[in-house]
Amino acid sequence: MPPFTPVLLEAVGIPNGHTLASYRSRGGYAPLEQILREKQPVDVVEMVKASGLRGRGGAGFSTGLKWSFLPKDHPGPIYLCINADESEPGTFNNRILMEDDPHQVIEGIILAAYATRATTAYLYLRYEYPQSWERLQGAIDEAYAAGYLGSAIKGSSFSLNLYLHKGAAAYICGEETGLIESLEGKRAWPRIKPPFPAVEGLFRKPTVVNNIETMACVAQIARRGIDWFRSIGVPADPANPRDPGSYGPKLYCLSGHVERPGCYEAPLGITARQLINEYGGGVWKGRRAKAAIPGGISMGLLTEAELDTPLDFAGPGRVGCLGLGTAAVVVIDETVSIVDFLHNSCRFFAHESCGQCTPCREGTAWSLRMLERIKAGKGRLKDLELLAEIGNTMGMMPGSTICGLADGAAWPIKNAIKKFRGEFEDYIKTTNPTGWMVTDPVPALQIVGAH
Amino acid sequence: MAEHTSIMTAPKRILTDAMIAEIEALAPRYPDRRALTLPALHIVNDALRHVPLQAVVEIAAVLGLAPAEVQDTLSFYAFFPQDKPAGEVRAWVCRSISCALRGGEEVLEHLCHVAGIEPGGTTTDGTLTIEPAECLGACDFAPCMLAGKELHKNLTPESAAAFVRATQKRFVRP
Ligand SMILES: Cc1cc2nc3c(=O)[nH]c(=O)nc-3n(C[C@H](O)[C@H](O)[C@H](O)COP(=O)(O)O)c2cc1C
Ligand code: SF4
Ligand code: FES
Repeated sequence: MPPFTPVLLEAVGIPNGHTLASYRSRGGYAPLEQILREKQPVDVVEMVKASGLRGRGGAGFSTGLKWSFLPKDHPGPIYLCINADESEPGTFNNRILMEDDPHQVIEGIILAAYATRATTAYLYLRYEYPQSWERLQGAIDEAYAAGYLGSAIKGSSFSLNLYLHKGAAAYICGEETGLIESLEGKRAWPRIKPPFPAVEGLFRKPTVVNNIETMACVAQIARRGIDWFRSIGVPADPANPRDPGSYGPKLYCLSGHVERPGCYEAPLGITARQLINEYGGGVWKGRRAKAAIPGGISMGLLTEAELDTPLDFAGPGRVGCLGLGTAAVVVIDETVSIVDFLHNSCRFFAHESCGQCTPCREGTAWSLRMLERIKAGKGRLKDLELLAEIGNTMGMMPGSTICGLADGAAWPIKNAIKKFRGEFEDYIKTTNPTGWMVTDPVPALQIVGAH
Repeated sequence: MAEHTSIMTAPKRILTDAMIAEIEALAPRYPDRRALTLPALHIVNDALRHVPLQAVVEIAAVLGLAPAEVQDTLSFYAFFPQDKPAGEVRAWVCRSISCALRGGEEVLEHLCHVAGIEPGGTTTDGTLTIEPAECLGACDFAPCMLAGKELHKNLTPESAAAFVRATQKRFVRP
């Protein structure tokens, strides 16, 4: 069994681990009570800043720093939004935290609200998690009854209401400003930033958006301390003053072609290969991996040779991936056609683009049509150039879109074509022996699967 | 003649008092009634398995919004059926990467085949709607499906077929 003793997942497998009684018996809520008695909100911000905690929702931004961007002495209200839209393909760690240890999440939320002076928190939960909804609502009811939520929490002057808000099956509601728009009752079109939510967010008020796992980390930092958190993971690179390091435990989701798919807790910086072999029991059926997604499908692809990449915040970027993302590793074995993989990815993003920015709406739809054509044996080598061009031009990084969904759509395209070009070329030449070299525009009526 | 009168007289109200009370109970949570849009759509959809246009107009009246505002939000999500109710059980079958790698697309095809419908369709007896879905956040149980509130894990063609038969039996009218 792997050497790391789970902390965030300590309740998994404990009978009734989701109850208040169980959480308290493990030391839960005592840190909150002590902080409410002895510390000021700014102390909590400083504690989280000093821990080096970086957001677990995908962008990896320093949590304490984000909180400190809220305007000082704001008359309020300030809102806290908890992002439980968790829809990045391959990702399910928030679900496990909410189902198996909802009070750990709630304690983190109360601490975050205290730190940010928010008195209302909304937890935006994706529709597809009915079990999480029930567990969370049960835990929220328990927390109100025990005086951890509501007015004058545990005799302090701090009050907090926590409400669940249900989504309606749209990936874009996970993007923080899409989430805010959706909560406000509008179409979930992400906003142009600035203004950032910390200045103008939900209902036009200062707002912090944080991920579920980030909240669980806050609860554990309060319980176990800054030094404990910083003793785990990958320290900041002294040669790079801009590297904030990758501290703390991380929940890695492992799925696809492995023997034992699951959510595993390990120090940040474990390699993909260690995760697959030591935790996941290896690639299934004794096969070899062809590739792996490093952190949700938006992050692109690692080749088999790149599996030794450490999965910390800096690792995947060094081999051309978009980043650590949600740390969801999906293993693809040697029997899978990379064309099929990319088709699946393009279909997802074409379906989930909110349609607001032309490069994203058209780019995701066009790349899907090309992949459908290639799959149907009508691909041309020229299509690879077109795909690369789409990949290079849509996204926040090239500056053509409002949100990062388009970068997430672009990365699998760019990585797949760069790292597996030979396979694409072979596929196109074998399946389209008479037309692979054609460079003329494809007549619209011949596009397979055109809408 | 009869058609004319039906246009002239006010149509029968769709939102029940209970639904309106449920919506109003949530109102104190939000500083702006527009934020009640999604909760209201869910309340109506949970009860009727669709949200017809007239219900949209009524929700808008309850929330003090233009019907177009509610319809705009509704249509964005492609989640709330409008023309006719979804089946008594609505099943979402995951087609995203982790499930696709473990046979998710084949499971979807097989489910539809056994139920005799196309993806997105509803069986003629109205018991079952089968829709393709993106990642359900249960990739550790791939391939999987969410049917109503129940997660069906590690599906095989056999368990998929058994699910269709059991659902149709459950709702069959004597
Ligand atoms: C297209 C898109 C989808 C996203 N989906 C999620 C999500 O489901 N959950 C999440 O926590 N963050 C998601 N994010 C990141 C959020 O925008 C935001 O960075 C995060 O919720 C902040 O929380 P954190 O700092 O605690 O990580 C998404 C971002 C993009 C661009
Ligand atoms: S990048 Fe895509 S998903 Fe994001 S706002 Fe623009 S169109 Fe919508
Ligand atoms: S890919 Fe099917 S549940 Fe995640």
